[in-house]
Amino acid sequence: MSGVRLGVDIGGTFTDIALEHPGRLSTVKVLTDHARPERAILAGIAEACGRAGVARGDIVEVIHGTTLVTNALIERQGARLAFVTTEGFRDVIEMRSENRFEQYDLNLVLPEPLVPRKDRFVAVERVGADGGVLLPLAEAEIARLVGELGRGGYEAVAVGFLHAYANPDHERHMRDALLAEFPALSVSISSEVSPQMRELPRFNTVIANAYVQPRVAAYLGRLAEALRGAGVSAPVFMMHSGGGLIGVETAMAQPVRLLESGPAGGAIFAAGYARAHGIERALSFDMGGTTAKICLIEDGTPKTAGSFEIARTYRFKKGSGMVVSTPVVEMVEIGAGGGSVAALDNMGRISVGPRSAGSEPGPACYRQGGTEATVTDANLLLGRLDPEGFAGGAIPLAPELARAALARALGALGCPVTEAACGVVEIVDENMANAARVHAVEHGRDIEGYTMIAFGGGAPLHAARLCRKLGIARLLIPPGAGVGSAIGFLRAPFSYEAARGLFQRLDAFEAETVNAVLGEMREEAEAFVARGAGAVEVSAALTAHMRYAGQGWEIPVRLGPVAALSDDPGPLRAAFTDAYARLFGRTIEGLAVEVTNWSLRVAGPTPPVAPVAPVAPSSAPALASQGKDRLLVDPGARREVRAVEVARADLAPGMAVDGPAVIAEAETSTIVPDGFRAVCETDGVLHLSRREDRP
Amino acid sequence: MSLSAIDYQIMWTRLIAVVEEQAMTLVRTAFSTSVREAGDLSAGLFDRQARMIAQAVTGTPGHVNAMAESVAHFVRGIGPQNIFEGDVYITNDPWLGTGHLHDITMVTPVFRQGVHIGYFASTAHVVDIGGRGFGPDAGEVYEEGLLIPISKFIERGRVDETLLRILRANVRTPDQTVGDIYSLAACNDAGERRLQAMLDEFGVDVIDGLADYIVDTSARATRAAIEALPEGRFVNEMRVDGYDAPVTMRVALSVDGDRLVADFAGTSAMSAFGVNVPEIYTRAYACYGLKCAIAPEVPNNAGSLAPFEITAPEGSILAATRPAAVSVRHVLGHLVPDVVLGALHRALPDIVPAEGASALWNIQISARPADPASRLPPGEVLMFNSGGTGARPLRDGLSATAFPSGVSTMSVEATEAVGPITVWRKELRPGSGGAGRQRGGLGQIIEIAPNEGYELHFNAMFDRVDNPARGREGGGPGAPGKVERADGTQLRAKGRQRIGEGARLKLSLPGGGGYGAPEERARAEVLADLEAGYVSPREAREVYGLDDAALDALQAETSGRS
Repeated sequence: MSGVRLGVDIGGTFTDIALEHPGRLSTVKVLTDHARPERAILAGIAEACGRAGVARGDIVEVIHGTTLVTNALIERQGARLAFVTTEGFRDVIEMRSENRFEQYDLNLVLPEPLVPRKDRFVAVERVGADGGVLLPLAEAEIARLVGELGRGGYEAVAVGFLHAYANPDHERHMRDALLAEFPALSVSISSEVSPQMRELPRFNTVIANAYVQPRVAAYLGRLAEALRGAGVSAPVFMMHSGGGLIGVETAMAQPVRLLESGPAGGAIFAAGYARAHGIERALSFDMGGTTAKICLIEDGTPKTAGSFEIARTYRFKKGSGMVVSTPVVEMVEIGAGGGSVAALDNMGRISVGPRSAGSEPGPACYRQGGTEATVTDANLLLGRLDPEGFAGGAIPLAPELARAALARALGALGCPVTEAACGVVEIVDENMANAARVHAVEHGRDIEGYTMIAFGGGAPLHAARLCRKLGIARLLIPPGAGVGSAIGFLRAPFSYEAARGLFQRLDAFEAETVNAVLGEMREEAEAFVARGAGAVEVSAALTAHMRYAGQGWEIPVRLGPVAALSDDPGPLRAAFTDAYARLFGRTIEGLAVEVTNWSLRVAGPTPPVAPVAPVAPSSAPALASQGKDRLLVDPGARREVRAVEVARADLAPGMAVDGPAVIAEAETSTIVPDGFRAVCETDGVLHLSRREDRP
Repeated sequence: MSLSAIDYQIMWTRLIAVVEEQAMTLVRTAFSTSVREAGDLSAGLFDRQARMIAQAVTGTPGHVNAMAESVAHFVRGIGPQNIFEGDVYITNDPWLGTGHLHDITMVTPVFRQGVHIGYFASTAHVVDIGGRGFGPDAGEVYEEGLLIPISKFIERGRVDETLLRILRANVRTPDQTVGDIYSLAACNDAGERRLQAMLDEFGVDVIDGLADYIVDTSARATRAAIEALPEGRFVNEMRVDGYDAPVTMRVALSVDGDRLVADFAGTSAMSAFGVNVPEIYTRAYACYGLKCAIAPEVPNNAGSLAPFEITAPEGSILAATRPAAVSVRHVLGHLVPDVVLGALHRALPDIVPAEGASALWNIQISARPADPASRLPPGEVLMFNSGGTGARPLRDGLSATAFPSGVSTMSVEATEAVGPITVWRKELRPGSGGAGRQRGGLGQIIEIAPNEGYELHFNAMFDRVDNPARGREGGGPGAPGKVERADGTQLRAKGRQRIGEGARLKLSLPGGGGYGAPEERARAEVLADLEAGYVSPREAREVYGLDDAALDALQAETSGRS
């Protein structure tokens, strides 16, 4: 791709910049400016351009992702918002799924709904499951609500009526009337933001959208202005949670699609390496200071889902957040990171996380006043981190503080501190391995055939051990892993996923109705893609969400580039039974099959990656040691081993390092355990595999 | 390799993931709505002595703790000498499994290098088991469906085809019920595969040492928590609706060193209808309630369950004897924690919540054409609904939230897409939370009508209509439940009834009790409740003692927005 392209990822702590100019990549990390995020971006651009010797005017494309939207929801800093819904359903978002996400906690606190009850209004109206009107929405009713909402002084209004996915008329009338009276009001309607069956996620989604909309729109407006002012006249595109790009206007209207764009960029980053190395099934593993994220990547594409849960309030527990239905790169996130705190529970067992010491005060060994024992402290005691070389020498680590913290927290185990440190690392690795395994099982996948792609500050320290626990034989550690998301943005295609709720039983399949809806979806999705990408060649992929009649949840059935369906539901049924068998290992005869929701993903071309030919093993000299020795504790075997230490910068393509070894770089270290060999590939990727698996 | 405490801890962590995977396999493949949507299942690993050592955290404590006992029954029933590699055992005996015929429990022995090392077991609520269907109207268990005694479903890899044929011939949904049985067997297999991989990785061939470590550690922690309780005998009594006559549940808790005995002597005798509870199920919920308050963080296993000794007199409604009808044993079962927590409150003030709605308001609806000649297809709908939980000493109760059950409700839109019904209302019930310094959780109101051309039949199995949840420490009771037609006609709270075309069923679910005197509630919270509509101006004034000035100020502020 010609021209200079810029990826910008705003995270909670750092704003990462990746500048791609023909044949090269420059990356910069600056502190996030929470008050004026665009200021940090400009500072980062100036630094990156200076380093690369590129003029700002040469940038042809800016691709941006941000945690701003997620943070606004978590920190409850959104618009003053009202919600209008069908009479009889005022409390859907408060009643949630009526369950408790933690079985044994008598003092459980449920998350507060985003819109308190006093700001939830009801309209006398009702649409049935088939889209027929059971109770019309009268003009007088609309007028009453417009009056009440006007008196409330709201910045934004979300409208969610029952079965609006099947018939959006009432929601549209309500919106039009509101905008006619209050043109400046931000109004989101559920039939546009997320036209899918199931009221709770649809209402959550439209509410989240309306809540963040005024702020996101203002920020994106300011950003465009600031960029222009700084001489960057390139168009800005936004990374969306589904792993593709959309135009700024689309992002302003549907900011809920921007949730989790940073992690999506990380998955795309890993997917780029999967494609370059010809890996069909990969598992991305991203471990930072607070959490670890795991994503399945198949055929070079991260797995996506139609909904996910944001803003979990209780130990990252499923159910403690807010389910939003918007296309998303599907990830499991668990509270396991370098800052995760280790302690003994009341049974004398080591527990690690989900609480994190974060970066303030951080692990005890950071000398910033932290006194709790963390995973990083344990890693330091096991010899896996170089006290002088950490963060390129910027943070000198204090082993004595780590030792004291572990002794304090885990002394009751009655074993040497090093053994306790092994326990901490093993437990956190177990937690991550278990989450990855369960995630694969949920998708009917066997994780053993996968290749792991590890990035983020903590992942290279833990990845090889994790592979052992998961039975994974191959591991890639790409370079530049500290700014993976920003790089990933540059590898994403333009894409838009349209979704619709349209219930169909295959034994009474109405192809005409379905095709009409599919046509609308295609038009909508293509228009959004064209708005960003212009006239590019697009591909479309249809997914039907199907189940046996009577089952409660659907499985995604990928139908590929289908434009229209025939009257004969036979092929649909066959596709369903195939998918079902793949997931569950069997099918059930004699039951009717139904479709609840449809989704259509339209995408432009994916930026190509250059294939990387593996280095021939024979050309790999068995590099014994040009580095120094270091004592390393193997937490699995729980014994000290003498490991060779090599600087990653000293490795040229084709060189190999046999474990036990530590490959050090400024941001992190890669642990090569005994029995593993690391080979440096031509693109700088460290390729680890078990020695016995090599020819 | 000799194993240290840290090795055992790592393996214990892994075992929790193994049984989670086992449960997940079941959830993903089961047909039964209550398994998939509501987590009405359990899955666990047992050692050679039939001690449960790990268990998935799933939706229903009733299953969870009852299954822990049932594997020992299997071992006795099959006979240790008849346990072979490739076997799978089955039962739905309410007295040996989890309390009613709809729950099927399956047990798979695990062998390693030809040596029997333990068992995987799992339980699921199946769609149909024949008989009258899921409802309280039977007089004896024989009417409630097919009882499968403890049997070999598979022996040395061969399925018992006769058993399968009998089963298929006796249930309304043979494909789904048999499908669920295979799901249970498959989830045990999934657990076994993972366990074997773990043993390979750690290079060990038996789990006895690990089992001892888990059971001893858990028992020690639980006993230490019990020992911290004041010694003595603490009695509580609670009256609930029952089927046709009120039921008194009575418990005496005795704390004696590190032992805790709960004795339900003095509880009412069995009912003539299907609300009876087998003792195994009573023990499960009593134990759950006590564990929540005393040792919530200790994982569930034989070691953490053993210190709780729970008995009910044979022939009482909480230890029903054969052939009592037990189909809806969950209604009284769900109320058991309220009884034991009430007793515990006398020993341990400021820990336990006030009484709540507790029993789920599940409703199974059959939609039938009003005119049989119309040939409209029939429909079946199952809904799970919850009232309010009791207020906690420091926090309000949870509105429309299941406790002690952990089930979830379903989407109204999804329900209406499946069955010919319209749900006209499903929202919080203002004023239903018991008044108190901490307010009880609100119940909810549900209105359901048949679609055009249909009428509805439903099995009512609702409690706390005559006997609302009581408050604690001066807190008021939650609102009692109501079952009626929308036009105000009273309906019965138990048993099968009809809603004709054009009529609406209206369920008002009970609220939870309050905690502490309402006058002590922070004024800002009373105002917030008023503003949200959780309480009425009248309740705010008369019960909470909010003065007129505060009320006027709020009204001025609200209207000031205009």
